[in-house]
Amino acid sequence: MPQDEHREGIGGMINPTRYGIERVAYLLMRLSGLGLLAYFVAHIYETSNILRGQVGWNEFLELTQTTGGHIFLAIVIAMCVFHTVNGIRVMLGHGGVGVGKPARPDYPYDPASQNYRHKIGIYSSIVLAAVATMYGLAVMFGE
Amino acid sequence: MAQVSSISNEQSPTAKSITLKILRYNPKHDESSQFMEFDVQYEKWTTVLDVILDVKKYFDHSVAVRYSCRQATCGSCGMIINGKPKLACFTKISELNSNVVTVEPMKNFPVIRDLAVKFEKLFDSHQKIKPYLIRDDTELVSDEKEFLQTPKEVEQYIQFANCIKCGLCNSACPTMATDSSFVGPQALAQAYRYVADSRDKGKDSRLKMIDDSHGIWRCHFAGSCSQVCPKGVDPAMGIQLLRGYMLGFSS
Repeated sequence: MPQDEHREGIGGMINPTRYGIERVAYLLMRLSGLGLLAYFVAHIYETSNILRGQVGWNEFLELTQTTGGHIFLAIVIAMCVFHTVNGIRVMLGHGGVGVGKPARPDYPYDPASQNYRHKIGIYSSIVLAAVATMYGLAVMFGE
Repeated sequence: MAQVSSISNEQSPTAKSITLKILRYNPKHDESSQFMEFDVQYEKWTTVLDVILDVKKYFDHSVAVRYSCRQATCGSCGMIINGKPKLACFTKISELNSNVVTVEPMKNFPVIRDLAVKFEKLFDSHQKIKPYLIRDDTELVSDEKEFLQTPKEVEQYIQFANCIKCGLCNSACPTMATDSSFVGPQALAQAYRYVADSRDKGKDSRLKMIDDSHGIWRCHFAGSCSQVCPKGVDPAMGIQLLRGYMLGFSS
């Protein structure tokens, strides 16, 4: 136990099991953000292969035509759709939109900021990401 | 596990039994923390604080716990109960639906001993946002003798005035888990409380304090702070409303 600060650390930050779907969305948002950053770097490397000429470019493109390449791109689709849709929800929330209005709280104190609009937003992001991924898989494996 | 103990005499006919696991640690002596187990009796109305005090009374008086009012008003007995931050005096054993109840000191606070943690940083952050009305004049010399508000103006902040500084929100916050410089949801919600108060004129100095990379911008709206608040303060709402104001979304 780190006694100086007794912080939960990264393990506590990424634990999605204790605080409902909002904390799951928080984790997925961070993971998809990091994943998309990694993809962005990989994408720059990938497109730089054009400097090796048409043969080099085609060789690298063949990687995306493999089963592994298709699964990788499907994951990128999932991350992209979830991060976009949930990002819009989070940005609106950060602007104070849809977080409820201050009022005298009544027991059992359901927090207004964790309302159904945000829950619908989170579930919608997950469902849309799943649908987009399935569509992407159907297109890629249906060739 | 260091110890297994149980009360064998004077059992109530309606009493049930659970195992209470208390995380013991004294930073001055111990290399690491360890759980101690106690078999304790409880009734329908027994709180977690009650069974901890039973342990102190019957088994081990050296268990360190901070408490005072026993009615969720003083904010002293915050701890991690079965993995989530709660007030021990406000959590009944019967509502936990578990035969094993685990209590640990709150996360993101330095441990003094066992279940007692240091609140200095929480109070420092709270003090930094100037938790008082700032005005050039004073109601003591004003002709009106008090600063009148409409019920609508009171509703803008009264929810956030319920904060008892128990620290549960800071313990649940995922940003506090990794960022030792973060102001924390408690102080940010209190900043909103005073900024939203129509009597207050110190908005600029407060916003200057929280307009920092480790201030309000570090909140990611995970909402865990609001879920654990025992007084319905909803810090996540206050923080987002304050950020919306700073971003120009609201007036």
